[in-house]
Amino acid sequence: MKELISRITKDYLFRLIKEGKRLDGRDLLEHRKLDINTGWIGTAEGSARVHLGDTDVIVGVKMSIGEPFPDTPDKGVMITSAELIPMASPKYEAGPPREDATELARVVDRGIREGHVIDTTKLCVTKGEKVWLVFLDMHILDFDGNLFDACGIAAMAALMNSEVPAETFDLGDNYKLPIGHVVIPTTFYKIKDQIMLDARLEEEMIADARLTVGTNEKGELVSMQKGLSGVFEYEDTISCIEKSREIGDKIRALLKDKV
Amino acid sequence: MVDEDIKLIGKDGIRRDGRKFDELRPITIEAGVLKRADGSAYLEWGENKVLAAVYGPREMHPRHAQNPSRAVVQARYNMAAFSVPDRKRPGPDRRSVEISKIMSEALEEIIFVEQFPRSSVDVFVEVLEASAGTRCAALTAASVALADAGIPMSDMISSCAAGKIDGQIVLDLGKKEDNFGEADVPLGMVTSSGKITLLQMDGNLTLDEYKKVMELAMNACREIYQIQREALKKRYSTSLEGYEDIEDTEEE
Repeated sequence: MKELISRITKDYLFRLIKEGKRLDGRDLLEHRKLDINTGWIGTAEGSARVHLGDTDVIVGVKMSIGEPFPDTPDKGVMITSAELIPMASPKYEAGPPREDATELARVVDRGIREGHVIDTTKLCVTKGEKVWLVFLDMHILDFDGNLFDACGIAAMAALMNSEVPAETFDLGDNYKLPIGHVVIPTTFYKIKDQIMLDARLEEEMIADARLTVGTNEKGELVSMQKGLSGVFEYEDTISCIEKSREIGDKIRALLKDKV
Repeated sequence: MVDEDIKLIGKDGIRRDGRKFDELRPITIEAGVLKRADGSAYLEWGENKVLAAVYGPREMHPRHAQNPSRAVVQARYNMAAFSVPDRKRPGPDRRSVEISKIMSEALEEIIFVEQFPRSSVDVFVEVLEASAGTRCAALTAASVALADAGIPMSDMISSCAAGKIDGQIVLDLGKKEDNFGEADVPLGMVTSSGKITLLQMDGNLTLDEYKKVMELAMNACREIYQIQREALKKRYSTSLEGYEDIEDTEEE
């Protein structure tokens, strides 16, 4: 089932956007209030709950020992999954992950994998036989738009909060999960000719195009994903990347404080 | 299934987590925690962390499951992959399907379903962290979420388990006690009328022991009912604070 928006709200939003304004009074390139809470799931190796405005997600990290992939015999394995559970929205239905949940999981996965967030070379126990498996499970509790940023930030925070449960597997003392880089995604939405950051649900529903940009602490670009049927100009993408680096640094500083 | 090495109750009658035989783990409930849901509640019960959301009454899907004379209550109990020590595969398993069913049936008793033909009242419970007693926690939280959603209902269900460990009857079994104990009886009841809406039992109990178990569990349900009420009062008294001020000044 699709989310629905009334024509009157839609018209109102279009009019606001033309003037460069938004429903909640934010600037076009301003995030909603970001709240990060780590480590409150005792059964997880690491966890984070992130509120981005009224969007509410929780990410839990579980680890166990398993076999490596044949082409990377000395590297740990990461598996991400996202569930858009029916609790989060009147439109979500129970069942196996659909397209949007799959895209969400893959975009978050890409940022972490390609950004070398987890130093997987340090997660090898016996080369070719035993490595650590890192399961990253994302749970959407309340859906008010822009799951990409909420989940990406929560995933990053949960990983930074994680401890490798070596004791449980008789492999010595527990230790902090080795983190290589800190990747933060920021998602931009194009509505008519305006570009805005971090859309809430109503804005997301009328957006023509979406662009998620992941950057690391060096300002390097590590992942991108363009979504929806609208288009971006080349110049748009440049300004999005520049803005993403700036916002990313702010969120990285916040993460350092919180984790 | 008693493990010789594991002693669940000390000589002084104190349990491994420091509780007496008739003591509940600490419970806190907060109502109205989600924006999209019509009603919601967050509950912490010892190490258990449970979130409940209610949608409805709304048009029933799938259509063929509609009941022309009343609403259908559909509860879904779901455990997060990271809620247990060994990662759980996402999605329903036989255990959660069974719990969902008995929860739906229990909640149907208190909701005025005949007022909403062809509709469904959907209750979603997510177990974020599990440490024994999650079905009782789920049912308790679901009741508060239903009330928060303004669903017409006769009363709330309060739920708690009691059982037997090391030959003694105790209230609200913890993780170790559940794993190594001799019996567990989860109970859900409407405390004002004494109606039992959920009852399960596994293990081994004599009739006398069963009576003791039920006495403990029923008393605990009354205690939990007060916590449920307080959560709702707290949620709705804040919006009434202005009113109280007006009344106060009038009295003066």
